[in-house]
Amino acid sequence: MHNAKLVLEDGTEFYGNAFGSEMIQTGEVVIQTGMTGYQEVLSDPAHANHIVVMSYPLIGNYGLNHDDFESIDPAVKGLIVREKCNHPSNFRSTESLESYTKVNQIPAIEGIDTRKLTRHIRQHGSMKGIIAPSTMELNEAISYMSDTNEEPSYVRSLSTVKPYVVPGRGKRIVLIDLGLKHGILRSLTKRHCHVTVVPYNYAAEDIARLHADGMIISNGPGLMKDIRSVVQMIQSFMNRTPLFGIGLGHLAIAQACGAKVEKLSTGRYVTGLPVTDVEKKTTHFTSMHQTEAVIESSIESTPLEITERVSEDGSIAGLRHQSLPICSVQYNPESAPGPEESSYLFDAFLTSCTKIHTS
Amino acid sequence: MPKNESIQKILVIGSGPIVIGQAAEFDYSGTQACQALKEEGYTVVLANSNPATIMTDHTFADQVYMEPLTIEFLTKIIRKERPDALLPTLGGQTALNLAVELEKTGVLGSYGVTLLGSTLDSIEKAEDRDLFRTLMNELNEPVPESAIITTVDQALTFVQEVDYPVIVRPAYTLGGTGGGMCYNEDQLRDIVQNGLALSPVQQCLLEKSIAGMKEVEYEVIRDHKDQAIVVCNMENIDPVGIHTGDSIVVAPSQTLTDRDHQMLRNASLKIIRALNIEGGCNVQLALDPYSFDYYVIEVNPRVSRSSALASKATGYPIAKIAAKIAVGYSLDELEHPLIPEISACFEPQLDYVVTKFPRFAFDKFTSGDRSLGTQMKATGEIMAIGRTFEQSFLKGIRSLDIGTNELWIRSLEKCDEEELINRLAQADDERIFIIAACMRLGMSVQTIYETTEIDTFFLEKIHGLIQMEQRIHEHQEDLHVLKQAKQLGFSDEHIARVWDKTEDEVYELRKQNNLLPIYKQVDSCAGMYPSDSTYFYSSYEDENESIQSENKKVLVLGSGPIRIGQGIEFDYATVHSVLAIKELGYEAIIMNNNPETVSTDFTISDKLYFEPLTLEDVMHVVELEQPMGVIVQFGGQTAINLAAGLKRRGVKILGTSLQAIDQAEDRDKFEQLLEEINLIRPRGQAVYNLNEAKHVAEDIGYPLLVRPSYVIGGSRMEIVYDHIELENYVEKVRDYTDAFPILVDQYITGIEVDVDAISDGEHTLIPGIMEHIERSGVHSGDSIAVYPPYRLSEEAKHKCIDATSKIAKALRVQGMINIQFIIQNDEVYVLEVNPRASRTIPFLSKITSVPMANMATKCMLGETLSSLGYAAGMLEEQSFVSVKVPVFSFEKLRSVDTTLGPEMKSTGEAIGYAETMEKALYKGLIASGISIPQEGAVLLTVANQDKEEMLEIAKRFHALGFELYATKGTASFVESHDIPITEVAKIGAEEPNVLSTIRKGNVQFVVNTLTSGKQPRSDGFRIRREAVEHGIACLTNLDTAEAILQVIESTTFSAQPI
Ligand SMILES: Nc1ncnc2c1ncn2[C@@H]1O[C@H](COP(=O)(O)OP(=O)(O)O)[C@@H](O)[C@H]1O
Ligand SMILES: Nc1ncnc2c1ncn2[C@@H]1O[C@H](COP(=O)(O)OP(=O)(O)O)[C@@H](O)[C@H]1O
Ligand SMILES: [Mg+2]
Ligand SMILES: [Mg+2]
Repeated sequence: MHNAKLVLEDGTEFYGNAFGSEMIQTGEVVIQTGMTGYQEVLSDPAHANHIVVMSYPLIGNYGLNHDDFESIDPAVKGLIVREKCNHPSNFRSTESLESYTKVNQIPAIEGIDTRKLTRHIRQHGSMKGIIAPSTMELNEAISYMSDTNEEPSYVRSLSTVKPYVVPGRGKRIVLIDLGLKHGILRSLTKRHCHVTVVPYNYAAEDIARLHADGMIISNGPGLMKDIRSVVQMIQSFMNRTPLFGIGLGHLAIAQACGAKVEKLSTGRYVTGLPVTDVEKKTTHFTSMHQTEAVIESSIESTPLEITERVSEDGSIAGLRHQSLPICSVQYNPESAPGPEESSYLFDAFLTSCTKIHTS
Repeated sequence: MPKNESIQKILVIGSGPIVIGQAAEFDYSGTQACQALKEEGYTVVLANSNPATIMTDHTFADQVYMEPLTIEFLTKIIRKERPDALLPTLGGQTALNLAVELEKTGVLGSYGVTLLGSTLDSIEKAEDRDLFRTLMNELNEPVPESAIITTVDQALTFVQEVDYPVIVRPAYTLGGTGGGMCYNEDQLRDIVQNGLALSPVQQCLLEKSIAGMKEVEYEVIRDHKDQAIVVCNMENIDPVGIHTGDSIVVAPSQTLTDRDHQMLRNASLKIIRALNIEGGCNVQLALDPYSFDYYVIEVNPRVSRSSALASKATGYPIAKIAAKIAVGYSLDELEHPLIPEISACFEPQLDYVVTKFPRFAFDKFTSGDRSLGTQMKATGEIMAIGRTFEQSFLKGIRSLDIGTNELWIRSLEKCDEEELINRLAQADDERIFIIAACMRLGMSVQTIYETTEIDTFFLEKIHGLIQMEQRIHEHQEDLHVLKQAKQLGFSDEHIARVWDKTEDEVYELRKQNNLLPIYKQVDSCAGMYPSDSTYFYSSYEDENESIQSENKKVLVLGSGPIRIGQGIEFDYATVHSVLAIKELGYEAIIMNNNPETVSTDFTISDKLYFEPLTLEDVMHVVELEQPMGVIVQFGGQTAINLAAGLKRRGVKILGTSLQAIDQAEDRDKFEQLLEEINLIRPRGQAVYNLNEAKHVAEDIGYPLLVRPSYVIGGSRMEIVYDHIELENYVEKVRDYTDAFPILVDQYITGIEVDVDAISDGEHTLIPGIMEHIERSGVHSGDSIAVYPPYRLSEEAKHKCIDATSKIAKALRVQGMINIQFIIQNDEVYVLEVNPRASRTIPFLSKITSVPMANMATKCMLGETLSSLGYAAGMLEEQSFVSVKVPVFSFEKLRSVDTTLGPEMKSTGEAIGYAETMEKALYKGLIASGISIPQEGAVLLTVANQDKEEMLEIAKRFHALGFELYATKGTASFVESHDIPITEVAKIGAEEPNVLSTIRKGNVQFVVNTLTSGKQPRSDGFRIRREAVEHGIACLTNLDTAEAILQVIESTTFSAQPI
């Protein structure tokens, strides 16, 4: 009956039916709660080492279209759904979930009690998992999992190899690609920016020659250990250029300013996370992907101040330099998927770019 | 900012009587609001004229005024109570309109009452079409183009700009009379001309039609800090053009991409912010299925039916949060009701699919116009939760309680393809079944899509179900297929039918193979946070989250969707039963499927299973929870009907035994019982053909009351006066399946009374007798009931009391019993015995202060009347008079005859209480929406058999100074008795004729009685409809007319020569 299973590190098994690619795949099992936006999630580079579990049970209802991808090649390792839709319906739909996962080599399972899986992960913390044929013995699956080496650096594999330009007549922005989502580019082109996307390891001198009005350090799938050079690069621009960090870029800026970063016991991949503005004391909703976090106590000795906190646990969601036009957020202001109410951050950043220019 | 300390006392206005479009959802929101405010230490003063509501109980508000919801009475209440603030956003459109009027007339200002929740300005911006349009333009939010026109030419100019089709809505006609969709100039000329004529201000609104787009609703909440959240979005399966209240709706949206969703979310939040609402708001949008174009259809600046649905769908109690916001809290200051770790500033995440189905009353209104459009017709709704669309969809169908547990109804078997296709195009209440029938005939999803414009996502799902049905058929007793079928939501009954087995056999097969559902928690967060929610739904999956306690438990079955005959009263009783169980220290578990009600508020019971009320679904819960017993007495006929099956499967029914229930409901057994205890009922017999009917008729004598035996709740019940009418009747019903036997009963004219009693199996307490103003023959639910009785002799009363005690004892009733009697010449006939809670429980409980449902529940659990502190027998009568006045929704139900008869037609009720009968009646009538003018004119058109009796009424109206109008026959009869009267021409004659007299508002009352023979399109019918459609009281029973006269007489001084 069932021909596939997801086996977790702790030995828990979930049986279902395979679709997409037939290969065996391991990855960290993470839960995504958005009720819409599976296309964006699947193509989000931040999921590079993840087997993504969609907590909403019906996935693929509106198919996949040409416009809503967040990267060209999906980086996700695997997909777990309660039910995939075989007859998608939407005027933009060009492909079904089944065909997309097949073409893009994503192993997937449907028919799993994803709520049980969600609760399991919530209770026991993040863990690795493997998508395997249902016939694979449990111990075989476990050893397969532990034998699989993690990729040395996702940033290296996902960041662009060469710089490229997305031309515009507005502000000149350099975008450091740590595995960026198209949403950032979309947010910038919408604001007519002239964007130069550069590899994560692009040399500071070369960046300087681009004479940017501002620099954005993108989100991405990696860990701080992968991007030490980026931190140094940031330090060399801090006094020269307005900086804006998103996700991994936020951690990089924090570290460049002297803060410390730690790994979370359970990663956070939420669409619709409430975040509180520290000054205004109001809440807004964000999409956040987070495996590491800035340690609050390490902020004190830095020139940074906290601008936003995650409402439920007070953890840091946004930082700002006390005197320089540098700020960063842990969440995705470009949304896609998720609430779009933080897009004003791009406007704020672009305004800060002007200030330095004219002064 | 924490709560507002500058106010102490808050007035909450309820929504009044239940009508179509404003039902139990406002009892739910109002109850929540009152609780929330009391929790904060405010004194809550409640005004609501609907006695059937939970909110009007003293447990929920400090001061309860069940007074008419009019400016006059509200002003009195304000003057007396001096509240600091008024919360108007939780009592539907009624409360909102009243608040606006109170503010505009300066009442609020002069008594220093602050408006909470919304300002007058924001209410007006949302409600006034022009202001709304201006605001949307400012916000750059698109609305369908529209124009207000007063001539046909203006209409023609408008369509030159916007193109057909357009929708015409005449101004100030009730229920959208005279409006319609126009596809071409001919239709436009026609409808506009007619619409202008019908509109008292000769004005129509024209709007570009956007029918066929996706209709999506957003439920949003905002606080004073300008924080705003979307609690839920909901997608209508039926596209724009069918009122959301009549549409099948799913939550969350299924076919919207994240981009679509964010676009509409942004629009909704922008609108609530611009309107400055502090509380809940509903935004209705239309989305083009082929582009990103969208329109804002409407904004309701208050909680609504949809917000009740959204609250139940997400577990996020909108009304409660809205009430707290109204008194100053911000979202982040409030605790999340289900998740300890977080605040209420959180957008619910669902990991299930919710489906809402409307429930219509066309089983009662067989002649009604069933087609669906922009005017809501549903009386109630159900909600179902599943982990897949199919599961929730099929559960939804089971929950409707319309005699089918699958996507199939018998009546369509007789339709040929052509008829099906016709009905597919013209949406009606059975469309979803027609779609299934068409698919069974092989029609493609594409064709159905082209006809219905229902998104293919949903049609494909339905198609999958039809294919599965075929697979089940081809795989007799195949366990693998059985499992798949159950996962898709198929009922045992359906599978049994396809396999030609009994439902019990399928159930047994499943049990043997451990194919049983598990229960998942509704936690508002998709399992991402630990939650202590006690709200569950079933699914066929792995992990069961409903953990059983060690406590002794009682399961209470609710009454399902609100429909005519089974309304909010049953929810009232259900809630009180649950509270009583908790008082006794047991765990109270409730099962119900109505999202509008208080009983499905998860804070009421210890555990809530939001499930269909079928034997299968109830058994699953019983097997999991192992309650000591099940209570079926409070869930109306829905729950009672489950008793036999539950018993068969070994479940203990608490209270009155199944055998007694059967004795009361089975005609022969019932007759036998009455004989044994020396009581009589109207003579009657079941007949199988016309000849037999005639024989019985001769034996008993006319008039007769006839009805098909299978019918409950009086549908297709008629009074016939002679052989010809009897023949006509038999002719008419013979086509219905199961029409025979027909029950033929002697029609007894007399005073009808309703008695509700509580018995502990030995002794019986009768809190009161309610006497009906209208004579027997008008359904007890449609008559004005008066407590205490005012015409009954002491002897008759005693006979009723005696009979009630005897019957209760003979049946060994443990719990509730309701009996209707007819009293003719002090002879007491037993009309009907209902071994369950009745419609009158809340009314009687409130006016006698006997907590009836509470006591009945305790009796079922072993208490006795004496242990509860009550003696047996009749309670002493109260000194004040209370009346219960029925309220109808006729203006929403076209083609429904408004004549009162043995079929129940009312949707709600209002109460009036005072020291005297006249005052009580005055209040009750006003509360029910009838105005009582001191002067004016009356139109009389009565049947021949009623002329003599009418004369008295004509005289009294004349004496009061009313002008009399009448049609020919009536006029000459009245004139011949020397009473001045103006004859009006009959229908069809040149104006002024009888219809134009009504339409122009020349009369305040129409008295019209039914000419025997009941042809639906008769002149009388048109007169009655004309009155309804112009908001003129049409009295179809002389007893009602007489009661109104009495009230007018008591409030007017007539000029008398000496
Ligand atoms: N311009 C229109 N074209 C077609 N259908 C419409 C249009 N406007 C409204 N409707 C339909 O009529 C229904 C009722 O309209 P609405 O303005 O929401 O009134 P109500 O106050 O009764 O809810 C809507 O649910 C929608 O399906
Ligand atoms: N034999 C009868 N004589 C006169 N009126 C009757 C008779 N039987 C029923 N009625 C009228 O019809 C109404 C509905 O009948 P009832 O048997 O109570 O049906 P329901 O189950 O709908 O309450 C009653 O309230 C009463 O007014
Ligand atoms: Mg509406
Ligand atoms: Mg009755």
